[in-house]
Amino acid sequence: MKIKIIEKFKAMDKRERRIYCRELLINNSLYIFLVAAIVLIQCVNPRFLSWPSIINIISLSAANLPIALGIAGAIILTGTDLSAGRIVGLVACVSAALLQSSSYAGKMFPGLNTLPIFVVFLIVIAIGALIGFVNGFCTATFHLHPFIVTLSTQLIVYGALLLFLMTGNNNGQSLSGLDPSFTNFIKGSVLSLGGTPIPNYVFYVLILTAIMWVVWNKTTFGKNMFAVGSNPDAANVSGVNVKRVIILVFMLAGALYGMTGFIEAARIGSNSAATGLNYELDAIAACVIGGVSFVGGTGKISGVILGVVLLRLIFVGLTFLGIDANMQYIIKGLIILIACAIDMRKYLVRR
Amino acid sequence: MENIAVKEDTPLLEMRGITKDFPGVRALDHVHLTVRRGTVHALMGENGAGKSTLMKCLFGIYEKDAGDVLLEGRPVEFKSPRHALDQGVAMVHQELNQALSRSVMDNIWLGRYPARFGFVSQGEMYQKTEHVFKDLGLSIDPRRIMSTMSVAERQMAEIAKAVSYDAKIIVLDEPTSSLTEEEVGHLFRIIRMLRERGCGIIYISHKMEEILQISDDITVMRDGTHVATEPAAQMTMERIIHLMVGRELSNRFPPRISKPGEVIFRTEGLTSRYANVKNVSITLRQGEIVGLAGLAGAGRSELMENIFGISARECGKLYLGDREIRNRNPREAISNGFALLTEERRATGIFGILNITDNTTVTSLKNYRRLRFLLSDRKRREDTDRMIRRLAVKTASRETQIRTLSGGNQQKVILARWLLTTPTILMLDEPTRGIDVGAKYEIYQLMEELAAAGKSILMASGELPELMGICHRIYVLSGGEITGEVDAATVTQEEIMTLAAKNV
Repeated sequence: MKIKIIEKFKAMDKRERRIYCRELLINNSLYIFLVAAIVLIQCVNPRFLSWPSIINIISLSAANLPIALGIAGAIILTGTDLSAGRIVGLVACVSAALLQSSSYAGKMFPGLNTLPIFVVFLIVIAIGALIGFVNGFCTATFHLHPFIVTLSTQLIVYGALLLFLMTGNNNGQSLSGLDPSFTNFIKGSVLSLGGTPIPNYVFYVLILTAIMWVVWNKTTFGKNMFAVGSNPDAANVSGVNVKRVIILVFMLAGALYGMTGFIEAARIGSNSAATGLNYELDAIAACVIGGVSFVGGTGKISGVILGVVLLRLIFVGLTFLGIDANMQYIIKGLIILIACAIDMRKYLVRR
Repeated sequence: MENIAVKEDTPLLEMRGITKDFPGVRALDHVHLTVRRGTVHALMGENGAGKSTLMKCLFGIYEKDAGDVLLEGRPVEFKSPRHALDQGVAMVHQELNQALSRSVMDNIWLGRYPARFGFVSQGEMYQKTEHVFKDLGLSIDPRRIMSTMSVAERQMAEIAKAVSYDAKIIVLDEPTSSLTEEEVGHLFRIIRMLRERGCGIIYISHKMEEILQISDDITVMRDGTHVATEPAAQMTMERIIHLMVGRELSNRFPPRISKPGEVIFRTEGLTSRYANVKNVSITLRQGEIVGLAGLAGAGRSELMENIFGISARECGKLYLGDREIRNRNPREAISNGFALLTEERRATGIFGILNITDNTTVTSLKNYRRLRFLLSDRKRREDTDRMIRRLAVKTASRETQIRTLSGGNQQKVILARWLLTTPTILMLDEPTRGIDVGAKYEIYQLMEELAAAGKSILMASGELPELMGICHRIYVLSGGEITGEVDAATVTQEEIMTLAAKNV
């Protein structure tokens, strides 16, 4: 294979070679950018490529990956999901409330014994999927753009979260004092690299990502999702149950936000109504950077991973470079814009 | 320069030695095209022959690698379609690019609204549009919203726009592909009027009868090269086909091998809730190819959509053999053994950015399940390759995005998709629209083979010779009703047209 490419390259004339190289650069621009950014940051601050820093980036990426994988499905359908962050917030608070240590003085539901972790996990996944169902149902049945639907549900979910925080003995307080078994399950570590422990949730997310890869690439549902994203009318004629596919995509997304919220509950430790705020925006940016196009019907799991890692690397890297926090926003914005502009070139017809 | 008198015999437009390379392919190889003043110049060739590429080079959508363009003897180099329009070279596209939610006059004057101090003068715009329309003998209200108009009317509006720019050269790309006979007549009147005024018309079409009727000169292209330019009066259909395909196509239709058997499917009083289908009862035999004829808007596509469960049914019954079936949605229709190749390939046929494998297997994914939910990529690849070979799809590989294929090859892929569902009843809506002669013949042949193998085919087409050449029987629709059932072997075009015009 490699030799074939070299032979092909040798056979080209000067002009063809120039075009070939340009294509190669554009198509791999993200990887090139990634390497360049790492080299630059490493030169300025040699601590960047130390084990603690690397594992920090990996675990932050892992925490954000499920939500991005969920939103990616909505984007493949040429939609979006603005309710993701709020669902994460609600689910994180519900998880925290149900898994507070029974000895904690400020417990939200004092009468409640600490539930088994697995039961709470199922409950919160179900909550996420249920809200996702509402999003998908409204989108598919009323033919509304998901932007409108999720703009509304986002508010509804936030209101529900605020009401929830007022129930029991809580009175709107942040939820902390989590049961150690829960904290350990998520944040504990069985494996260390270079003396720095890798939190367990990184592995859970790895398993989840593998499952999602199978769902996207090896199942009827996955193929139908890409078909509906590419051309919903043709999908309908081809016998795809378009409505069901849309609902399932949003339900799956909701379940993935549930997963994120579950992890965030333990990772943050003290959850309030602000948990999950604007998470969807980072996730959408990561998807788009990773080539999940708003044109619909295109996107890869590897692209989402790359997008999430790249975005996280930039966020962490800017701090390592000692750049002013206010300035960081401007740079982040520019990087997302430039990355997407370069990525878009792939889809343009070149003259 | 301006003062040099333009000689009468200077061609209006001359393209010389136009060459365009894409990575790995030479799309145009020293092509030349000369359009004389006051003539209609037909540009013909199979899909992929380079007609569109040549036009894109003219309008600056593509940068040509070599060659010159001369407009009335002056060398020009258009940077964009807009730039060309300003110099009097206009193009009316096959797919009309119009702002559908805006009015006719908004569309015509877009980009150059008559304005005073930034305020658009609606009255002036209205009058100017009226003026152009009157000039062309069009009776369209300039205030009408584009989306409420028929394709024919929108096309006329587009031509009016070109005229409003004082266009000297107007390129018409497949202008009649969705027009009725009557609308075609109107279009031709306008074309002749423009010709008398000294305009040059470049007319791109696959329809030979029309070309021979309207054009003065014919240029044939093949594989990116210029093959011949001859006066239309000296051309025959056989000669054009010969020049286009580079080989003799003795027959436009394959020999008949199918033999209809028992009635396998019938409808009783089928009526649509919203669409134009009224009380339609038809029958279809095993191994039979049945045609649906009718003018545009007669309800041909709507009838098929009704049978396939895409549009809402008000009343009526469907029988497959003796069993009553419902076909409430495409899924149910597919499971009852129906297939529908839709008319609008791009809108409801292809998944443009997906590859050929995904496009081929999308309706039959269930057959590839292993362990209940995992898909077998190996089997999907095998079936796709088998179909690519069987239907002779011209493609680099099964991983190629379908949107990069030519129309004929896209159509074959969609046919492959339906064949993989092993249907008993295949409904084909304009299966050969916009595809070249060679591919047309291949599709006819495939239909004949399928019928011979016992499949039943219902085919809608606006081209009567095609229906008469390939079908056993033809139903004629008019205003959503069946106005006649004729034997394809003995009927004449005039008889069909009379039936088709019954309810107009």
